[in-house]
Amino acid sequence: MTVTDTARESVAASLEQDRVESHLNPPASYDLADHPVPTGREEIWRFTPLKRLRGILDGEASAAALTWETTLPAGVTLTEVGDAEARELGELAPNDRPSALAAAHAGGALLLDVPAEAEVAEPIVLRLHGESVDDLVWGRLLIRVGRHAQATIVIVHTGSARYSALTTALIGDGAVANILSLQDWDDDAVHLGRDAIRVGRDATIKHTSISFGGDLVRMNANVEYAGPGGDAELLGLYFADEGQHLEHRLFADHTAPRTKSHVLYKGALQGEGAHTVWIGNVLIRKVAEGIETYEENRNLVLSDGCQADSVPNLEIETGEIEGAGHASATARFDDQQLFYLRSRGVSEKEAHRLVVHGFFNDLIRKVGIPSIEEKLLETVEAELAKNLLQEDAS
Amino acid sequence: MSVLEIKDLHVSVETEDGPKEILKGVTLTIADGETHAIMGPNGSGKSTLAYSVAGHPKYTVTGGSVTLDGEDVLQMSVDERARAGLFLAMQYPVEVPGVSVANFLRTAKTAIDGEAPKLRTWVKDVNAALGHLDLDPTFSQRSVNEGFSGGEKKRHEIAQLELLNPKVAILDETDSGLDIDALKIVSEGVNRFRGQEGKGVLLITHYTRILRYIQPDYVHVFVAGRVAESGGAELAEQLEAEGYEKYLAGAAV
Repeated sequence: MTVTDTARESVAASLEQDRVESHLNPPASYDLADHPVPTGREEIWRFTPLKRLRGILDGEASAAALTWETTLPAGVTLTEVGDAEARELGELAPNDRPSALAAAHAGGALLLDVPAEAEVAEPIVLRLHGESVDDLVWGRLLIRVGRHAQATIVIVHTGSARYSALTTALIGDGAVANILSLQDWDDDAVHLGRDAIRVGRDATIKHTSISFGGDLVRMNANVEYAGPGGDAELLGLYFADEGQHLEHRLFADHTAPRTKSHVLYKGALQGEGAHTVWIGNVLIRKVAEGIETYEENRNLVLSDGCQADSVPNLEIETGEIEGAGHASATARFDDQQLFYLRSRGVSEKEAHRLVVHGFFNDLIRKVGIPSIEEKLLETVEAELAKNLLQEDAS
Repeated sequence: MSVLEIKDLHVSVETEDGPKEILKGVTLTIADGETHAIMGPNGSGKSTLAYSVAGHPKYTVTGGSVTLDGEDVLQMSVDERARAGLFLAMQYPVEVPGVSVANFLRTAKTAIDGEAPKLRTWVKDVNAALGHLDLDPTFSQRSVNEGFSGGEKKRHEIAQLELLNPKVAILDETDSGLDIDALKIVSEGVNRFRGQEGKGVLLITHYTRILRYIQPDYVHVFVAGRVAESGGAELAEQLEAEGYEKYLAGAAV
C-alpha cells in the first residue's frame, strides 16, 4: 500500500466519521416509509407497551383538536403556517413514526414567534386541553425564539386524548429560552411527544418535561446545536402511579464545538404496574471538540410492583472534550435517612413525605419559573397524599 | 423527673456468619438529672448501645429491658421513643437532600410536641439555638447535613437537642472530629441542656477530653459488650493515665 492510498483512506474514514449517525437514534425524515410500524423489538420501542398506544401508530387522519387557551405577552405571536413553510422555517424533521404521522396529519403547524431581541418577562403559556381519549389528535408546533431574545414558554396538557405532537424549538444565536412541558393528563390519556431543539450559537436553553398524569406518556427531548457555545439544560420530573407508563427519552447530539448539555431527570414510582423509562442518549460528533456533557437519572421506588428502566448511553467520536459523564440510580427509601428523621420524633409516614419532598425539591428549584415551581411542589404533595400516605394508613 | 433504666440488655446484629452478639448484658440506670459517661475502646459496643436504645432496625434485642420513667422503650417504634423523650445525637448524622434545616426542625418539633410551634417565637428560638452553636441564621436554609463540615454536623445535632429538649440525651461520640473551639461550643450546649431540672445525659466517648468540659456524675468503662467497671469522674482520669489495656487483657481471657 502506498502512502497516498493510506492518506486517501484516512480522509475517507474521517469523512465517514463526520457523517456518523447515532446507532441509537434513527435518522430524521418526513417520509413515513423511513419509520415503519414498530414491532416492539426496535431499540427505540423495546420499553414501550405498543398495545396501550390505542392505535396511534396506525396513523389515521383525524380532524380532532385540543382546545388551546393562550397567554401571549405583547410582541409574541401565534400563527398558522403550512407544511412547506414549517419546513422552510427550519423545522426539525420527525425521527420516529408518531412524530412523522403528526407532521403528515396535523394540517400545517402553529408558529409561536418571539421576535429577535425581545425580552419577554412574563411566561408565555399554552394550555392544551383534550375532551376525550376517543379523540385522536395530531399536533405540530414550531417555536422560534429570535436572536438575543429571552422568553419562558410553558405548555400545559390536561384532560384526555390520544395525542401525538411534533414540536420544534429554534433558539436563535445568543437567545435565552426556558421551555417547560407539563403532562398533567387524566388517567386514560395517551401522549407521544417529540420536542426537538436547535440551539443557536452561544444560546442557552432550559427544557423541562414533567409527567404526572396519563395512562401512557412517551416524551422525546432532543437537542442539537447550530453553532459553538450553545448550552442546554434538560430537566425532568415524573411520578408514576399504579399502572402508568411514563417514558422520557433524551438525545443530546453535540453537533458543534464547545457546546454543553446537562441532563437531570428524577422520578418516583408508586403502585402495582407503575413503569418508568428513562433513556439518555448523548452523541459527541467528531466536530464537537471541547464539549461538556453530563446526564443523570434518579428514581425513587416507593412500593413493590413498580419497574424503573434507566439507560444512559454515550457515543463518542472525539476524545478532545472537556468532560462527559453519566449517572443513574434507582433505589428505595434509604433506611439511614428514615432512621435519622424518625429518631427526631417524625412518624414513618411523615418521614417518607419529607424524603420525597426533598428528592424533588432540588430539581424543582432549578426549573426557574416561580409560579410553576409552586404548583409542582403542591402536585408532588398531592401525589404523595393520593398514594404513599394512603398506603401507610391502611 | 426522668429515669432511663437499662437492665441486662443483650443485642445482636446479623452478619454473614449468622447473628453475632454485641451487647452481652448491659445494666445501667441514669437517674433523674444525672450525667453518665461511657468510655471504651473501638468495637466495645458503645455505639450499639446508643442505637439499640434509639431503636435502629439493624440491631436485634435478644434479652433484657429498657424503660424510660417505667415505660417499656423496647415496645416503642423509633419515633415513639423520640416522642417519649429520648434523643440520640449521632456520630454520623445522615444527609437528607432537598429538605431544609428549617423544614426539618419545624417538622420534628411539631412531631415531638404534637402541635406546630407558634411561628413568631419559633423563628426566634431557632435563630437563638443556631446562634448558641455559632451557626449562621442562613444555615437553616441549607439541606439537612448536606455539605456540612464535620463540626457543623455535630453543632447541628446539639442545636436540635436544645430545640427538641428531650428528657434524656444520648450523645454518641459527639466530640469526635471536633477542634477545641467546636468542642467547647458543643459542650456548652450540652451543659445548658443538663442545667435544666431533671435532664439525663448518656455521653459516649472514646476520649477523656470532652469530660473536662462536661463533668460526668458517673463513668463506666465499656469492654466487649459489658460494663467492666463503674466509678466517679476520677475513673476518667485513671483511664487517661492508664488506657484500656488492663480491661482488654481481662476480656481476652
